[in-house]
Amino acid sequence: MTTPVMLGAIRRLMTITLDGREVRVPEGYTILEALHAAGDATQADTPTLCWAPNLNPVNACRVCVVELEGSRVLVPSCARKVENGMQVRTNTERVRHSRRMVLELLASSVDLSQAGDDVQRWMASYGVDPQRYGPPANVAGDRDRRHAGHHHHPDGSTAETVAQPIKIDNELYVRDYSRCIMCYKCVKACGTDAQFTFAITAAGRGFDTRIATEYNVELPDSACVYCGNCIGVCPTGALKSVREHELRESGQWDPAAETITTTICSFCGVGCNLELHVQHAQIVNVTSPSDHSVTHGHLCIKGRFGFQHVQNLPDQA
Amino acid sequence: MDLRLSSAEPTAAERNAVDNAVSRMLGAPSDSQPFLDAGHNARGRRHLLLPALHAVSDAVGWISPGALNHIARRLSVPAAEVYGVATFYALFSTEPRAPRVVHVCDDIVCSAAGSEAIATALAAEDVCWLSSPCLGLCERAPAVLHQRAGEPDFSQAPASAAAVLAATDASRADQVFADPRVSAPQAGQAGLRLLRRVGVVDPTSLDDYRAHGGYSALRRAIQLGPSRVIEEVRDSGLTGRGGAAFPTGVKWDGVATAPQRPHYLICNADESEPGTFKDRVLMELDPFGLIEAMTIAGYATGCELGYLYIRGEYPLATRRLQAAIEAAYRRGYLGPDVMGEGFAFDIELRRGAGAYICGEETALLNSIEGYRGEPRNKPPFPSVSGLFGKPTVINNVETLYNVLEILQIGGPGFAEIGAGRSTGTKLFCVSGAIAVPGVYEVAFGATLRELLELAGGVTGQLRAVLLGGAAGGFVLPSQLDTPLTLEGTRDIGATLGSGVVLVLDTAADIPAVLRRIAAFFRDESCGQCVPCRVGTVRQEEALARLTRGAPRGSWETELALLSDLARVMQDASICGLGHTAPAAVQSAIALGLLAVTPDPSRNGSTSGKVRP
Ligand SMILES: Cc1cc2nc3c(=O)[nH]c(=O)nc-3n(C[C@H](O)[C@H](O)[C@H](O)COP(=O)(O)O)c2cc1C
Ligand code: SF4
Ligand code: SF4
Ligand code: SF4
Ligand code: FES
Ligand code: FES
Repeated sequence: MTTPVMLGAIRRLMTITLDGREVRVPEGYTILEALHAAGDATQADTPTLCWAPNLNPVNACRVCVVELEGSRVLVPSCARKVENGMQVRTNTERVRHSRRMVLELLASSVDLSQAGDDVQRWMASYGVDPQRYGPPANVAGDRDRRHAGHHHHPDGSTAETVAQPIKIDNELYVRDYSRCIMCYKCVKACGTDAQFTFAITAAGRGFDTRIATEYNVELPDSACVYCGNCIGVCPTGALKSVREHELRESGQWDPAAETITTTICSFCGVGCNLELHVQHAQIVNVTSPSDHSVTHGHLCIKGRFGFQHVQNLPDQA
Repeated sequence: MDLRLSSAEPTAAERNAVDNAVSRMLGAPSDSQPFLDAGHNARGRRHLLLPALHAVSDAVGWISPGALNHIARRLSVPAAEVYGVATFYALFSTEPRAPRVVHVCDDIVCSAAGSEAIATALAAEDVCWLSSPCLGLCERAPAVLHQRAGEPDFSQAPASAAAVLAATDASRADQVFADPRVSAPQAGQAGLRLLRRVGVVDPTSLDDYRAHGGYSALRRAIQLGPSRVIEEVRDSGLTGRGGAAFPTGVKWDGVATAPQRPHYLICNADESEPGTFKDRVLMELDPFGLIEAMTIAGYATGCELGYLYIRGEYPLATRRLQAAIEAAYRRGYLGPDVMGEGFAFDIELRRGAGAYICGEETALLNSIEGYRGEPRNKPPFPSVSGLFGKPTVINNVETLYNVLEILQIGGPGFAEIGAGRSTGTKLFCVSGAIAVPGVYEVAFGATLRELLELAGGVTGQLRAVLLGGAAGGFVLPSQLDTPLTLEGTRDIGATLGSGVVLVLDTAADIPAVLRRIAAFFRDESCGQCVPCRVGTVRQEEALARLTRGAPRGSWETELALLSDLARVMQDASICGLGHTAPAAVQSAIALGLLAVTPDPSRNGSTSGKVRP
């Protein structure tokens, strides 16, 4: 009896051009993967917000758009699969305009100050000017209750934002939706792409869409199991551990001092890789690499938050 | 999957409403399985989510936590997801609400016809009312929709404050719609094709339908066989009437030849483009025609099940179609052996719940499947991977009625009607400052001027025509000789869209019209993608500043900002809603309809007249 030998999927190569340069990439790649694998440094630096290496393409933010010969509109590089003969352009005025506007529209409505260095760099290089929509409107306390199809008619003197009170309703992580860009990544991580808990959803419609539990109940009353996988994929700091939130609030957050130690979780036998983020001899966060074959970046409550039990902090003794 | 639900329990009424809806749609056998925990069984029920939410909302007027839990349990859908779907739709409330709600249309035509007075009167009487985008009754403006718990919903149009306050029930209210000529002034005239039976046939009688030529087209189709039906449709040159004008024959052929099974048919009756009411008039006055046309489409493309997705704000059309479907079943025109010809075709009626975006074909798929009505990324197109991932034909109501005509006169005969590539006749929804508003059928190629004359002429002095609806653009008096064809309108930078011809005279407040359109898109954006979700907000804000005469910086910087927004929405949005959200505003700017300084010849009424 012969047993099949697993060689992995053998993929045909597709020929496409990136800004006029011909490259060959495996069938099934997205344009973004092609840009990462075969593009030059600028092409590989295509901005992304709702894409993550360990999730299916969400295709919502549209910051990654490129021009595709024969397509009337721009296409999302993160979601569009390559086809033989595709001619992709990444640096045209149209592409730059749309990327600038997506970043600008987000920056004018969402607090992006904790969104990471890449985002800040892209905003600078695309020339984003969020101020031109007017001064940001005040914090709105009613965003969770807005009814689809109805909104307060603006007079345009201020720019509407998603600013709202932060949600702190459990001991492990906070939800600061003033920073939420509605990338849907937390919903995917909680649902079909990793956790299959479905504790959170997009609710409402249009600009009033928000991430919510049913009837906006607090997390302890929801289906949440505190795996923290939503935190792991959140690109803007909207979701973060209580530890990080407190350090930031007290002015003690010090990313420059952060070191990362890789280890394996000892709570059970699965063998999840952990990355301990340490600042000033304290673990502040735990993540897992998204390319790790066991975790794909996702953990459970023990790996993600159990660090509180492995260190004896003076004030917790 | 384990469901973790709160302890809230449904009331008896809520439980019954959900159970009845679910068992009615599943049929008894599978319903006797008490547990549906996981896997295929559970996934197979998610598509009942929207009907279950309707059932609860119809029964008690809102979706309570207990009712939501019961739906979650019955359908094995997580509570958060049910909530996410319920809050997507304008007709559902997840907070307690009065059992009787009046939706008052405050869209372009109705606000010009005095809808504000109705709202004011209702507020004074403490009636629970909500403003609504166009209710698809513009020929009878002003319009309201009564949404009632425990009783059927109904429309009232034309409505007055007194009539709305005195409204009793659906059967009385429906009588107001008895005279078909109010909606279709040509009714009964010779030479009509799409409107042939409108106002002539009894919409409640299958026999009368047959006496007026009903089911002869299906008979002809069966004689021809599926592939020759598709040939006829291809030869006819018929293009979709839902807005995108895609060749119907190509679409049908794609699904008919797709190897994957089953195939699905969807009739898109979500008609929500402001100013559009043609599909409603067809469905109310000739419902069996749509049933027959869907049956032909299903037969030709190999579908055994067709979904008829009708706008939630169309109670009368829904009643008529529901009755027509039941009658067709009883008489063997639908079911396992249609007309004894050995093929099966069923129709399921699904109601929308207040979401313009669900008319976009992929949002429609998600809505039927029980997900939020968010458009999908294309490709894949529905003809390859549509409903439940299967090859799916989606056609507009008017498109399907054309198929009846094609089978009567043959594809080539149909292609001779009209002009150039625009073959056949077209329904136009004429409303606003016009003597006799209503649905008019003309052959493609008639000019806008001829159409306006047919409708009795403009009342007042013509300022502009909004052609194609909120997603369309303006046409000036100097362009009235434009032939109404796909090509003719494209040549002047306009679009026929869904056939909206909204007439604005010099008394119309065009900046206010633009603000209403901007507010519409801001409300109806699904919220998925940034260009549209935030762009529609910024567009509305900029228009508000301009129409208040308070630009940030200068008029020019505001126009540049609007143009920047328009480009990102057109280029980078996911779907047609975002692509067309800036269309009317940009068209008005290009044609000088959004004047900077008050035009002295018009007594300064062009700007600054918008309520803050
Ligand atoms: C925002 C939006 C709303 C739409 N609404 C409708 C609608 O209410 N009815 C309709 O037939 N098509 C509507 N369409 C067009 C559909 O996506 C689709 O093209 C059409 O149903 C296909 O049918 P047809 O080929 O017969 O026109 C809409 C499109 C968009 C982008
Ligand atoms: S912590 Fe885990 S279960 Fe809770 S919301 Fe986030 S992803 Fe879902
Ligand atoms: S909370 Fe974070 S991950 Fe979730 S949608 Fe908002 S930005 Fe994205
Ligand atoms: S363009 Fe608008 S309606 Fe369409 S997917 Fe994007 S946000 Fe939704
Ligand atoms: S990264 Fe591609 S759409 Fe968001
Ligand atoms: S019904 Fe009111 S504008 Fe159409």
